[in-house]
Amino acid sequence: MKTRRSLIYALICGILVVLPVFLNAYWVDVLNNVGLYAILALSLNVILGYAGMFHMGHAAFYAIGAYTTAILNTTYHIPVLWLMPLSGLVAGFFALIVARPIIHLRGDYLLIVTIGMVEIVRIALINNVFGITGGANGIFGIARPELFGFRIRQPHEFFYLIWAFMAVTIYLFHRLENSRFGRALTYLREDDVAAEGSGVNTAHYKLAAFVIGAFWAGMVGTLYAAKMTIIAPESFNFWESVVLFMIVLLGGSGSIPGVILGAFLVVGLPEIFREFATARMMIFGAAMVAMMIFRTEGILPPQPRKYPPVGELLADEAKP
Amino acid sequence: MEQFFQQLTNGLAVGGIYALIALGYTMVYGVLKLINFAHGDLFTIGAYLGLTLLTTLGLADRLGPLGAVLLLAVMVMGLVAIIGAMLERIAYRPLRESPRLSAVVSALGASIFFQNAVMLIYGARFRVYPHDILPKVAVNIFGLQIPLIRILMLLTSVLLMVALYLFIQRTKIGTAIRAAAIDQGAARLMGIDVDKVIMIVFLIGPSLGGAAGLMVGLYYGQINFTMGWVYGLKAFTAAILGGIGNIPGAMVGGILLGVIEALGAAYISIAWKDAIAFCVLILILIVRPTGLLGERVAEKI
Repeated sequence: MKTRRSLIYALICGILVVLPVFLNAYWVDVLNNVGLYAILALSLNVILGYAGMFHMGHAAFYAIGAYTTAILNTTYHIPVLWLMPLSGLVAGFFALIVARPIIHLRGDYLLIVTIGMVEIVRIALINNVFGITGGANGIFGIARPELFGFRIRQPHEFFYLIWAFMAVTIYLFHRLENSRFGRALTYLREDDVAAEGSGVNTAHYKLAAFVIGAFWAGMVGTLYAAKMTIIAPESFNFWESVVLFMIVLLGGSGSIPGVILGAFLVVGLPEIFREFATARMMIFGAAMVAMMIFRTEGILPPQPRKYPPVGELLADEAKP
Repeated sequence: MEQFFQQLTNGLAVGGIYALIALGYTMVYGVLKLINFAHGDLFTIGAYLGLTLLTTLGLADRLGPLGAVLLLAVMVMGLVAIIGAMLERIAYRPLRESPRLSAVVSALGASIFFQNAVMLIYGARFRVYPHDILPKVAVNIFGLQIPLIRILMLLTSVLLMVALYLFIQRTKIGTAIRAAAIDQGAARLMGIDVDKVIMIVFLIGPSLGGAAGLMVGLYYGQINFTMGWVYGLKAFTAAILGGIGNIPGAMVGGILLGVIEALGAAYISIAWKDAIAFCVLILILIVRPTGLLGERVAEKI
């Protein structure tokens, strides 16, 4: 069972590596978008899937990352990829300040506050806050990323950059999921009173989940800014947050393969049905309803945690 | 001072619309603990149905302006209520026992469906309401010239809210709705048909939303297929502001939000209008985490 699973994953990776060779620039670009949304959704998954906090304002962190990159690159000409960790830090710091007073809000109250946050950020960007965001037109002329002297500009070159970052993301988040930290998040998602009672500092862990999610979204913001070379406030509206929210829940919240599949469905599928042009989104909406009725937990829900039987644990401990 | 009172009455009128839509959110949340994201689109459908009925039936010639608008409101409310009940039956009832977030995704799907259905039927451009239905006169109140339509809107929303409040507080069905909101299981044991109660809630909420859609069409004169998101978000904010699940809370929250927005736009900055509303919301929630009139729920262990 386990080997079959890893075989399927290896096969998918193999297909992805050679795929750009067979596709034209348009479809490679679609895959790039799927990749960006998938990484963003994975970062939202830390907050929404693992910690179970209703967060519908993820586009705000993404926007802050993208704008940090754009502003520093266009004014000081710092290479884009160097700005990636810095953009993540700025987004994470913003999350730390904003989330601190609201972290104790429950369910739907947190949902509306995060929606408010993404709207306030968007309005601030449109109104050219501090005179550096370029107003409604945004910022243009962001440099292309350079890696070891190689300038990335074609869609299929970006494909490898984005999907390599995806591989790093998957690895790290998989480690996170199975760490002490990840288990604490799952515990407080299931029952935060019990978690608190067992000595998990829930406020601390919730805040940490927010900051990690925001940090990662900020780094994706850099990739987005570098790919588009032009960014505007409308790319980071409330609807983008809703799309990310849908990707996580439709794919299977808390499950890494599920979230990636969700990104393929929500971002990729409407592209495939472009011939149906106007009616496709209507059908898509109806399909979402049907999907939730027939697969309530999402398409690929997380597998239940498995631990070795107690006997084996004891045997392990008995070993010198 | 003149400007202050003009903005205040404008804020009250818009706040009445927010309150009507917010009631739909809060009533559904009360019984199902579900944020009905498709509610804003039911409001849009109300506005478009009003436009269709207005232009095709020619009611204004036969009944006079007020009679025509009144009949129109009744028809729109009835039609939107039916759509709301169908939405509940198809998209929400199968998910009654599943995790809460699954129903939220279903609601988002229904919202996308409605929004694109309206776009396919009516087109993506702004549609204009015929502007000769209600007479464009201003009423003189204490030396202030206030447009008649603004007063009518405020009166209508207050009337609908009072009617709803009496219905919920005084009638047997209203009591059943309140009971189902407090504890569905216990309500069922007391012989209340909870499925029927939920159906009734999905008839009342959307009909109020539909009425609000018609009012927006008549007040602003133009409608668009995406406006459900904008108004829905505002109304949801209002519902949370008052304490979600609480019916008087939605009314207070809606009116308050409308007034804050109108005054904020006039005295602080029009470009930051939407941000002001959200800032106020966040500040209130930091001080009172369950909204203005929301009860403090004891932690269940």
